[in-house]
Amino acid sequence: MPLDGKAPSGAIEDSWDRHRFELKLLNPEKKGRFRILVVGTGLAGASAAATLAELGYRVEIFCWQDSPRRAHSIAAQGGINAAKNYANDGDSVRRLFLDTIRGGDFRSREADVWRLAQLSNQIIDHCVAQGVPFARDYGGHLENRSFGGAQVSRTFYARGQTGQQLLLGAYSALSRQVAAGKVKVFPRTEILDLVLREGEAKGVTVRDLVTGEIRSHTGDAVVLCSGGYMNVYNLSTMARGAGVGAIWIAYKKGAYLANPCFTQIHPTCIPPTGEYQSKLTLMSESLRNDGRCWVPVKKGDSREPNMIPPEERDYFLERQYPSYGNLAPRDIASRAVKEQCDKGFGVGPEGRGVYLDFSRAISRLGVAVIQERYGNLFEMYEQITGEDAYKAPMRIYPAPHYSMGGLWVDYNLMSNIPGLFVLGEANFSVHGANRLGASALMQGLADGYFILPYTIAHYLAGTRPGALLANGPECADSIRNIQARVSALLGVNGKRSVGHFMRELGSIMWTHAGMTRSADSLKEALSQIRELRDEFWEDVRVPGKGDSLNSQLEAAGRASDFIEFAQLLCVDALHREESCGGHFRVEHQTPDGEALRDDENFCYSAAWEYTGKDAEPRLHKEPLIFKEAPLEGRSYR
Amino acid sequence: MTKAKDQPGLMTLKLIVWRQAGPDEPGRFETYLARNISGDHSFLEMLDVVNEDLIAQGIEPIEFDHDCREGICGACSQVINGIPHGGQSRTTVCQLHMRHFSDGDTIYIEPLRARAFPILKDLVVDRGTLDKIIQAGGYISVNTGAAPDGNSILISKEAADYALDAAECIGCGACVAACPNGAAMLFAGAKVSHLGVLPHGRPEAARRVVEMLDAMRDCGFGNCSNHFECQAACPKGIDVKFIATLNREYLKAMVHGLAARTVSDLGQPVED
Repeated sequence: MPLDGKAPSGAIEDSWDRHRFELKLLNPEKKGRFRILVVGTGLAGASAAATLAELGYRVEIFCWQDSPRRAHSIAAQGGINAAKNYANDGDSVRRLFLDTIRGGDFRSREADVWRLAQLSNQIIDHCVAQGVPFARDYGGHLENRSFGGAQVSRTFYARGQTGQQLLLGAYSALSRQVAAGKVKVFPRTEILDLVLREGEAKGVTVRDLVTGEIRSHTGDAVVLCSGGYMNVYNLSTMARGAGVGAIWIAYKKGAYLANPCFTQIHPTCIPPTGEYQSKLTLMSESLRNDGRCWVPVKKGDSREPNMIPPEERDYFLERQYPSYGNLAPRDIASRAVKEQCDKGFGVGPEGRGVYLDFSRAISRLGVAVIQERYGNLFEMYEQITGEDAYKAPMRIYPAPHYSMGGLWVDYNLMSNIPGLFVLGEANFSVHGANRLGASALMQGLADGYFILPYTIAHYLAGTRPGALLANGPECADSIRNIQARVSALLGVNGKRSVGHFMRELGSIMWTHAGMTRSADSLKEALSQIRELRDEFWEDVRVPGKGDSLNSQLEAAGRASDFIEFAQLLCVDALHREESCGGHFRVEHQTPDGEALRDDENFCYSAAWEYTGKDAEPRLHKEPLIFKEAPLEGRSYR
Repeated sequence: MTKAKDQPGLMTLKLIVWRQAGPDEPGRFETYLARNISGDHSFLEMLDVVNEDLIAQGIEPIEFDHDCREGICGACSQVINGIPHGGQSRTTVCQLHMRHFSDGDTIYIEPLRARAFPILKDLVVDRGTLDKIIQAGGYISVNTGAAPDGNSILISKEAADYALDAAECIGCGACVAACPNGAAMLFAGAKVSHLGVLPHGRPEAARRVVEMLDAMRDCGFGNCSNHFECQAACPKGIDVKFIATLNREYLKAMVHGLAARTVSDLGQPVED
């Protein structure tokens, strides 16, 4: 039976309004009887927790970091989209909707995307009211800039640290509710299990990372806002602590995991330099507004970039995609960059890099303007590379950045497990097979501030508060299982560090399931991952004990989850016999090397169901129907 | 997997590191060697290498806080050779690269030390008191759904820039550790200044500054005595002028706001 996303039927323009009206309400007194457990304090988690508390719910929120303010949303640089049309350049809700559907290569649910575009404007208003210091013009109005995949200027920003400012806004709203006694924050607490009661999500089992205590928290619904899984590539732009754990335990408890092969490789990151490297650093896509990508026309040209005359440079994005130029969407730009490097035109160590050149913008606008727009990014670039990008072009190379796939949710953001809601990057969401720049912040906040608070009431209205007892058998079982897992990790007592296994996994995934994939490479990856999994449980060494702060133990848990998850990613990639967005199968491309979609056979979201260790996961298909945005080839040329 | 051989062109460094098993355990300095370190290693990547080495030798690795490794999350928090974040201008530990050190250097590594930041283990401290300061008033009270159009609140470019200069604070706590009084005045001043310069941040300005300073005192932070060490240590270059703004806001609150504060039953009037 096809999976039903439960999107409202009828005219899309007022579909959310109609749906909202049909949702059940809870009166304020009743809300106070329900306790919601929120996992993760990024944009989605913090905004949801704050808003739920404002409405009168009791909220408990968990993060493994030492403070909710450090969630990885903080690292988003470039901006947040909204269809305000302040720039008077023809933007509208419909255009943002179309750009997002098209950017996602027609692999997302229309009604959800429409709602996102519609809510985008309210997000800006709310964040301004919270005190988020967006860029302003001299008249005091909000400024906009352009971003990849769009021909209008609709991106609101706060220098190169928009994510930080939006997260601090949500964190401040959360803090206000903590002071009001409505929210309890549990920092340095990692979620290790989901507790079900009669098939519904009612609790979580966590480990206190300081004392090692393992305990369950009970509530009436669980909201997962645990972010994405791109550390499956080991080196990515994600924070080091970002794991797939919360998603993975939900999957193993029966939640469907959708489209895990939809992974985004970001074109503009600082190139890797060596084995010891712990992360790849993003240089915001907004830089492509004023920066031009080029490589030398001559292979292996070792001259300093400034010594290479204009006619000996290939501005390949402008040449290949004249209508979008340097602002081509991420998946397309990444492949173009890699193609140049693979052909031998790359620059820098091992030819892994292309130039991102600001000299024209600097000579036209002056250093001061560029400094104001991107100052902190140039500073970061210099800290890492020791090079001054005001004087010579940056070198950039693609890096794993964002996961479009995630837990499957319906239009109410509820997974197939009743009471389990999934928000932000952790769900499979609205971005289809490729996310456009400045859309992740928009989605996290739309989910948390404006969608979940309505839809969760509808679920809770049909339930009885306090169904799961803290001293009941479900919690006791869960605690016992987690204790056993911790002991197992500590008990292997092998020879190799967790870092070794993550480096191995990352190398397998980048080589065989990275920017380009083939049936052969994916089968190779699957066999190597299986070996790695066995080796892990025979040879990992986790020093220290379980009853104190032990970051190696935490890392070992994350690595084990990633190794298992990587298999599902490859299974999904192998089954999807088409190229779309970030998923590029070499067998499926046009004569000029562009992704070739197969709408006849693959116009669906692939939601996988866990069927047991080493058993093949079961595939459920949610057909995607395009009425407002007719299916078409995707061209940015 | 045992000790790697020293490779030419790479550095060997002597690390003297604070080890402490738990909050109530005694701490001590231990000496380790960091081998095969290149100038492109970040300081934390150098510690990763050392930790891999320690694990191979069966020694518990050095615990330290870190996450984004791109200088924005504020998790990393070490004192290097006596200076929080190591003294490279506007640079967090994770962005401090080893090219600023030389082969054979001795490096002292300690946790942030302040009364308000108890040590949990090795280089990891509890900075939850900074969250408490924000909870006391570091926000504009607005419920989701209540906001007018973004452009209906006009904010001059100068004010927006000033607000962002202050709001760039990453909450790492370096300012506290650098301050001889263990004060969080730069941290609190940045938030008071960010919100106070915005027109819609004014209605709560008096209450905000008083409540935040009360919380700061209750959490065990000291006060400012104009050493400006905080600004020097701040990896985001937050300016001490924001402490001046905080003091001005506090004075205004005392002169104009005391009555209102008593009436709205916010607690006892502040004596100091």
